[in-house]
Parts: sequence; C-alpha cells; structure tokens
Amino acid sequence: MNLIMTLFLRELRSYFVTPVAYVFIVIFLLLSGAFTFYLGEFFQREQADLEAFFIYHPWLYLFLVPAVSMRLWSEERKSGSIELLLTLPVTMWQTVAAKFLAAWSFIGISLLLTFPLWLTVNYLGEPDNGVIFTGYLGSLLMSGSFLAIGACLSAATRSQAVAFILSVVVCLLLLLAGFPMVLDFFRAIAPAGLVDAIAGLSFLTHYNAIAKGVINLRDLIYFLLSIGFWLYANAVVIDLKKAD
Amino acid sequence: MIETSLLTKRYGNFTAVDNISFKAEPGQVLGFLGPNGAGKSTTMKMLAGFLAPTTGNAKICGFNVEDQPLEAKRAIGYLPEGAPSYGEMTPLAFLEFIASIRGLTGKQRKQRLDDVIGRLQLESVLGQSIDTLSKGFKRRVGLAQAILHNPKVLILDEPTDGLDPNQKHQVRDLINAMSKDKVIVISTHILEEVHALCNRAIIIAGGKLLADATPAELEARSRYHMAVSLTVNDIDKARQILSGIADIERIEVDPQDRRLTAFPHSGKQILNAVSTALSTQQLHISELQLESGRLDEVFRSITEPHNREARA
Repeated sequence: MNLIMTLFLRELRSYFVTPVAYVFIVIFLLLSGAFTFYLGEFFQREQADLEAFFIYHPWLYLFLVPAVSMRLWSEERKSGSIELLLTLPVTMWQTVAAKFLAAWSFIGISLLLTFPLWLTVNYLGEPDNGVIFTGYLGSLLMSGSFLAIGACLSAATRSQAVAFILSVVVCLLLLLAGFPMVLDFFRAIAPAGLVDAIAGLSFLTHYNAIAKGVINLRDLIYFLLSIGFWLYANAVVIDLKKAD
Repeated sequence: MIETSLLTKRYGNFTAVDNISFKAEPGQVLGFLGPNGAGKSTTMKMLAGFLAPTTGNAKICGFNVEDQPLEAKRAIGYLPEGAPSYGEMTPLAFLEFIASIRGLTGKQRKQRLDDVIGRLQLESVLGQSIDTLSKGFKRRVGLAQAILHNPKVLILDEPTDGLDPNQKHQVRDLINAMSKDKVIVISTHILEEVHALCNRAIIIAGGKLLADATPAELEARSRYHMAVSLTVNDIDKARQILSGIADIERIEVDPQDRRLTAFPHSGKQILNAVSTALSTQQLHISELQLESGRLDEVFRSITEPHNREARA
C-alpha cells in the first residue's frame, strides 16, 4: 500500500509541475460551464437541479479524459523510464493501479472544482442534494472507465497523439452504443436481445440512470467492472509491448 | 550472486540472446563486450527483470528473476541504457522517490542520500529539473539511483556513454571503489574501459557468448601478444638486422606511423634479442615496446564472423 502511495504521489505531482494540469482544469471548467449555461439552458429551465450540468459530461470526457490518459504509459515508453519503473521492486499491479488512481484523482480534483455550480443552485433554490451527489458519483465513475480505456491504449503506443486518437475512437464507440439513434437503427435489423446487449454495453445508458439520481447496483458494477477489465488489459498490453 | 543458465530471448524467428550461461561472484567487475545489436542490453534487461527470458533462467543472489522478481529486484541496482529518469522531477525529488520505493527510512535514508549525492557530485543541480541537465549530469543521476540502496548486484548498461574524459574517469573511480563486495556487470563497446574497470570480460556477438576470460587472457590471444614494436630512424637497416634473429617469424611496418613490429615464433621471447641486436649498430631508437596484445584486434577477430549489423 505504501508503495502504491509513493508511486501515486509521484505521478500526481508530475501533473502539477507542468502547465498541463492548469490548462486542463481551466478548459474543463470553461467547457462544463458553457455546456451547462448555453446548451443546457440552466437558467431558462428554472429547475433547481444540475441535470443540465451532468448531461453533457460524457461528451466533455470524450475529449478531455484521453487528453489526460494519453501520456500515462506512452511517455514512459518513449523516454525509456518504463524500464526503470518496472525494474524497481514493485509489482505490475501496483504500478498500473497507482498510475490510474493518480490520473483519476486529477480528474476528480477538476470535478470538485465545479463546486460553485452546486453553491449557485443551492442559493437559487432547494435542490435534492442527494441527486446531485449521485450525479457527481456517476460522473466520476464514468470518467474512471474512460480513463482505464485511455491508460490501456496509451500502453500500446509510444506516440501520445496515437494514444489520444485511439482512446477517443474507442470511447466514442462505447458512448454511441447507447445513443437512441444507434439503438433505433439496430432495433430495425436486430432481435431485441441483441439491442439490449448493445445498450447494456454503453456508458450512456448506465450513466444517465446514475446522473438522474438512481443508484442501481447494476450500473455501479458495470463501471467498476469496465475499469477492472481495461486495467487488466493495460497490464497485459504493457507486458506484451514493453520490449519494443 | 549472478547465475544464468542457458538464458535465451527470441523475438519470433530472431534470437537476440542465445543460450548464455555464466556465473559471477562478489568482487568481480564483469564487462559485457560486443558490437551494437549483439544482445548485451537484452541480456542485462533479463537480469534486471525487465524482460522475461524465452527459455533458461537467471538467478540474482539465489532468487530466480521470474519466480521471485521482487526479491531479485531488491538486490539489484540497475542503470538502463541511456539512463532514463523522470525529466520533470528534480534530482532530489527523483532520488527521494527511489529511496521511498526502496524502503529506505529515517537515518539510513538520509545517510544513503547524502552518500550518493556526494559521490556523484550532484549538490549543485539538486533543485533543477532533470530535463534541463547536461548529459553528464543525467547519467550521474541515473547512477545515483542505481546505487542508492547499496545493492549487492549492480547492472550498468553503458555507464560512461556520452561522458567527457574527466567524467568517465570519475565514474570509473566510483565503480572501482564499490567493486570489493559487489558483483558489477557493465556493458560497453569502449575497449579501454575493460582495462580500466573489469577483471573479467565476456564477449557477446550475434546473441552468443564467444569468450569469457580476464582482459589479460584476451590480450594473449592477440597476434601482437609478446611482439616488439619500435620506432627507428633507419627502417631498412633495422629490418635487415632483425631478420637475422631466428626467433622472429615476421616483421611488419605500419604504413601510417612507420612503426616497426617484430612478431616472434609462438612462445618465444624476443625483446632481449631485439634490443641487443639493435644497440650494437649505429641506429637511433626513439621508442621500444613489448606488446601485451591488442584488445581491439582480438575483439574484431572474435566478433566479426557474428556481426549481425554488418551482414544485414
């Protein structure tokens, strides 16, 4: 546990010694604000909730999370520091977990910094803070799944740009699988069971439920399983590709 | 302390390391020699536990690097090729990180940090990010990281590559100072380094172990071993005199520096005969040397038939 903590802190600090972290946080806050107020019509809705805020998070994460995850492993591979890291007396699991947790915490910090919105909605009305809390939880879980995908794909290449594009494409596919348009298309040609399976794979289906305040064990397990699966794949990819 | 048996690494049909077996004890400074692409780095990566061998195994202090990787890694200090580190960190933060990973705490931690920072003269750059350091400093930060936990086994992949002559000298002194109770493996293609550092040399080419001997034994394989070289004002006359000595097999003149070399019949000593014969004549000898053998020539003759890059 101590070792994970040491690796975790080194990784998390590395975000803040370069301007990358600050640029990311500013962009995240600007975009999430813009989506909430312009696209989500926060004020015009005249409802004391943050649905207008959470509803756009999947699309925000689609580009911002791969921007965080792209450097996780590809940079280590490019600079050769992966050789140093993996010959220290730590296990592969400790390094994979520590790196993932550091990046996830970083996104978590960005998400926490949206608190003025929560203050605003509490000032303007009397929202159901339980629903807002599950909204944040769902958002964090979804960002974790995006991140695990990004971490795995980042281990597959030395190029951060390639890692970014691959991650965006895979995340987009998983998002679109739950899009009504896509599901309607499949409904026309595929049996209902298959349509349900496709919808069941989608981030969107599971996220929307949590973001609306409904905590369903199935949705929680879905996100945790997908994080676990992609991190396992991450370790396998590192083992396969570290020699090139 | 280090023991490998039939260590092999294959990538598809390509065999990077081919059945390498050797054993090294504390006090040995083992030099891995070989042309580029010979398999030196791959062998070291397997010893350090970065790459898994395809077949065969390696043991560090009795721990198999595959079955007990953590125990083996704890016993090793490893400097990967190019001395990679985290460029955005300062040397101090980087070494603190390594110290935490290596489980160094309290007084011992401070003492070890002070020791390596002093030995590698890093005081002046401790607060600067590693990215901004010169190549020499980067290499020294990498070395500091490798020796921080005072490991029993040190594996250094080209430790002096890219250093200037003064820095090379410092690093060699450092390695010599540590060599008493450790097993040190260094890879190099600088042959003078073998003389300066190693008491044992292993030559690898084409993934195969081709020679395992002391530097002196390797030199003895040279055709220059026991030959006598000299610089003289009248080459033709000297040649004529020397050809009268029975124990000399052949005489060559270096076309570049006009230095004359007399090769003995095998096992014969000719130094005395040469110097006596020449001193009785009216010749001006500016320099006379008994050759111990030329490592570069031995290296070429051993590795050339196996050089993959030359063939490719």
